[in-house]
Amino acid sequence: MTALLDLASVSVSIGSAPLLDSISLRVDRGQIVGLVGESGSGKSLTAMAAMGLLPLIGGRVTGGNVRFDGQDMALMTDTQRRVLRGRRIGFVTQNPMTALDPVQRIGEQVDVVSRLHLGLPQAAARVRTLDLLTQLRIPDAASVAEAWPHQLSGGMKQRIVIAMALAGEPDLIIADEPTTALDVTVQAQIIQILGALVRDRGLALLLITHDMGVVAQVCDRVAVLYAGRLAEEGPVSDIFAAPAHPYTSALIGCIPQDGMAQGSLRGIPGAVPSALAMPPGCRFHPRCERASDLCRTVVPAPESCGQGTVACHHAGVIA
Amino acid sequence: MTAPLIRIEHLTRQFQSGGGFLSRPRSMLAVRDVSLGIARGEAVGVVGESGCGKSTLARLVLRLIEPTSGRVSFDGTDLATLSATALRRMRRRMAMVFQDPYSSLDPRHTLTQVLAEPFQVQRQPLPPGTIAALLAEVGLPEGLADSHPQQLSGGQRQRVGIARALALRPDFLVLDEPTASLDVSIQAQIIALLADLRGRLGLTCLFISHDLGLVRYFCDRIVVMYLGAVVEVLPDPAAAPRHPYTHALMDARFAPDPAQRKRLAPLSGEIPSPFALPAGCAFAARCPHATDLCRRESPRLSDDPAHPVACFHPL
Repeated sequence: MTALLDLASVSVSIGSAPLLDSISLRVDRGQIVGLVGESGSGKSLTAMAAMGLLPLIGGRVTGGNVRFDGQDMALMTDTQRRVLRGRRIGFVTQNPMTALDPVQRIGEQVDVVSRLHLGLPQAAARVRTLDLLTQLRIPDAASVAEAWPHQLSGGMKQRIVIAMALAGEPDLIIADEPTTALDVTVQAQIIQILGALVRDRGLALLLITHDMGVVAQVCDRVAVLYAGRLAEEGPVSDIFAAPAHPYTSALIGCIPQDGMAQGSLRGIPGAVPSALAMPPGCRFHPRCERASDLCRTVVPAPESCGQGTVACHHAGVIA
Repeated sequence: MTAPLIRIEHLTRQFQSGGGFLSRPRSMLAVRDVSLGIARGEAVGVVGESGCGKSTLARLVLRLIEPTSGRVSFDGTDLATLSATALRRMRRRMAMVFQDPYSSLDPRHTLTQVLAEPFQVQRQPLPPGTIAALLAEVGLPEGLADSHPQQLSGGQRQRVGIARALALRPDFLVLDEPTASLDVSIQAQIIALLADLRGRLGLTCLFISHDLGLVRYFCDRIVVMYLGAVVEVLPDPAAAPRHPYTHALMDARFAPDPAQRKRLAPLSGEIPSPFALPAGCAFAARCPHATDLCRRESPRLSDDPAHPVACFHPL
């Protein structure tokens, strides 16, 4: 089966800085795939590459290819790519405060998506908008549609952004940290609503997050990025039960959990390296407790591991 | 029982907004009648969502801002009675770690200057070797002493913020969301460091956070705030919540375990505007258990010293 979104060994540079190194990732229809890693690991850049938006930030694909529904995005014209975004790929940004036009009413901002991408007349577009807002559990959708962005709370605004992403009836939603800017109770609601909508409609969702709890809650598969490389990828149930890559298990161990003994939370020592000073060998080795001489010199190749892949010389070995 | 190091009594702070040419000023109570004692060596957490008044409470406790009414006593001394000089002297014993390590360090100062500043403010001589010792204490190499904050990562900057707070060997440390702007991996490092320092230096802590998981890990006792008021005090981190809001906060956390997926009972409604608080319980509009009583009258924090809760229908 053709994957809906298929990144095959994609490398990306901005200027002379190589930022993504041979990332492979696929998202199938009906699937929720989590993309995790610390800041600077390349999560958002991967999303930009998947949408063909790299030129906006001066980036370019230097290797591999990105296919959407079997079509190579590099071979598309700008117009084709633009139609793809909005119509077949919906995007939910991290910050709903800046994603909405402050001088346009909420309803109009959602209407325009289905007018533009589905060719609906205004009246039909508004019916769709109200329907979407209701599905996103926005109370009193009709009056919210008449409101201005500044009149809504952050959680409400994020639901509007999700409505805009859904309005073009896309096959794939890419959500970049959709709840980071929101309060915890609102965060949980939005994640749950987004997950349910994607499931009900049989859509695919690429969910970028730094929160392993969110991944465990809604995703089917997860890809863990570290410093521009894929550390591990596989089914959520396998990866949380037995993370093969030490970085994955360290990330899971960073979340304080009930009943955790004092002193058991240690974090990951050090920090993500800068793109201009990547360590040789495995990029995680300076922070890794399993690191050996091999790790310091030889880049670990991705190898299949159960139903996923892992790039580690000491995969699965519990230190 | 010994007297608490910090005693907060009926603390209230009102803010005004607007009041321009055409608009009438509006007022809101950022902190409403909060009372709390913190014992020596205790770590008390304050959790709540944005706008609940937790940062205002932190600032009131250090008297960085003045209360509208109520009192804060430090080691038996009412802070409001102190002269400016006496207050400054008292501040040697209390310190704060700020949320944002990017804006709380002067970009023109080297780390040495940042860490020497508390001594200058307090007109105290800087003992030789202090800077190196402080850097070592928070796990930073001495070689960074001449660096500027912008040369450091977020986690390193927050370590500097902690070192500065510890410079004068305070008894009491207020931590205002010390990890909110950091990655989870770095957050865990910083929390581990703080827990270690707390144990070694016998610090008394007030830990402000929106993350109940973090607070339960770090603190001995947890105060839950909603729209300026205390709704519940959990006597220990493992205590089962009695207030529906605390329950919702706990429920909103996803465990990193796909076997524990849950269907949340969604909180309906929005947090009311603090400028127009409803008549009854501030949480009633979002609460699945709310009755007419809740919408009419405001519940008071119960006198039960073991586990105070402000709710007509506690769980």
